[in-house]
Amino acid sequence: MQQSNAYIITFSVILTVVLGLLLSGTSQILGPIQKKAVELDTKKQILGAVLDAETISKMSSEEVLEYYGKRISSKVVDINGQEIEKDSDGNPIVAENVDIGKNYKKSPENREYPLFIFHEEGDEDSVESFIIPVYGSGLWDNIWGYVALQTDVITIKGVTFGHAAETPGLGARITAGNVQARYDGKKIFDDAGELVSVAMQKGEGKDYSGDPHKVDGLSGATITANGVNDMLKNYLSHYKEYLKTKKSTGNSEVASIN
Amino acid sequence: MSTETAQTTEVKQPAEALLSKRRKKFITDPLVDNNPITIQVLGICSALAVTTQMQPTLVMAISVIFVMVMANLTISLLRNTIPSRVRIIVQLAVVATLVTLVNEILKAFAFDMYKELSVFIGLIITNCIVMGRLEAFALGNKPYDSILDGFGSALGYSWIILAVAFFRELLGSGSVFGVPVYETVSGIFGEEFSLATNGLMVSPVGAFIILGLIIWVQRTKTGYVEH
Repeated sequence: MQQSNAYIITFSVILTVVLGLLLSGTSQILGPIQKKAVELDTKKQILGAVLDAETISKMSSEEVLEYYGKRISSKVVDINGQEIEKDSDGNPIVAENVDIGKNYKKSPENREYPLFIFHEEGDEDSVESFIIPVYGSGLWDNIWGYVALQTDVITIKGVTFGHAAETPGLGARITAGNVQARYDGKKIFDDAGELVSVAMQKGEGKDYSGDPHKVDGLSGATITANGVNDMLKNYLSHYKEYLKTKKSTGNSEVASIN
Repeated sequence: MSTETAQTTEVKQPAEALLSKRRKKFITDPLVDNNPITIQVLGICSALAVTTQMQPTLVMAISVIFVMVMANLTISLLRNTIPSRVRIIVQLAVVATLVTLVNEILKAFAFDMYKELSVFIGLIITNCIVMGRLEAFALGNKPYDSILDGFGSALGYSWIILAVAFFRELLGSGSVFGVPVYETVSGIFGEEFSLATNGLMVSPVGAFIILGLIIWVQRTKTGYVEH
């Protein structure tokens, strides 16, 4: 059967409007729930840098949020390590709400750098580690993560990585616990105090336990690994000024840890 | 798109049983004899991609069942009003809307699954099985029959990807639904029974091999030959 053009156009318009209303209605209704899910996921990732994945997966959503509230405090710094409390419009900044991906598009000097501090329950001054968000590009799309540094701000306590679209089984392995565990105990500054970061090497299966700045690579995912390396190096250097201030004030603590 | 074409001659039969013999065939046919993956060889892309573990595969299977049933129903209800010249676009719009709905619902209620599957959920839109059934069946049949047909085809797709995922997760990661099997085995029978996982099974190549074996076994049994 052959319909007139008017019929076809009318049908298409009605269909488009109905489907469009359906979709926008759904996103209106589900929007707040999705926002909560994203927030929970972000907090889980931040905690993932200091806790192992098993501990987190055993916690219910409420427990995660409660634990986060008790143990994590946050602030936002600029590239010079100065704490900033208000954004350019004069509104107060909350570190958890800073969109790191959006900031990534600005030039490094203009970005807001959120920082999360893992501390003992009820005492914000007894810092256990500093958690730094990192962001960069993998092979297909963006990658991100959180790096937890010990109080000496030299040694990595733990890392967690996430990705948008890395290849499953290859680049996507940066989210695997055994890959992230390779970073534990590595050092981001060398003995002379220069930032060298930690780099994944090409190839997989070698033992880098003797080298504080190298970790075993991902076979078949060199570009993703390079993306991770760049991401770490860039963001650690952006936070360098802030970390330096912590290094000088925290010396006594370092001595006691060593 | 599909090797099968719609061919139901509607005979005036008042009150046909809800699951009459003819209707049962809509569901049972795609399970083995006319399976979308193993016989029609459609939907291979997602069958390879999502099947490294059972759990995401199950979510994918449920999503495909939902999308196919709803799409078949919608298109069947509209079948007499859809202008034939733009019917493919209409089908695409309906499928894309349903897939977006699934995506939004997963994002709200199963965020971890959403992170893992979102790329593949989007790919349901291009899954030839969905469009194939809409074009070959839903456009020419009544809503209830279309629901059964969509459900059957989606079920045929689901059990194959779940079977592939079972072997891939078991052999590749030594677990089923995240429950460690290999560790338990070596725990019960001692260290000499510790089994090594096969890394090949985690990569898409593993899915090709498993899928090939399933198709081989099935075609040997049914005697199906491609012409």
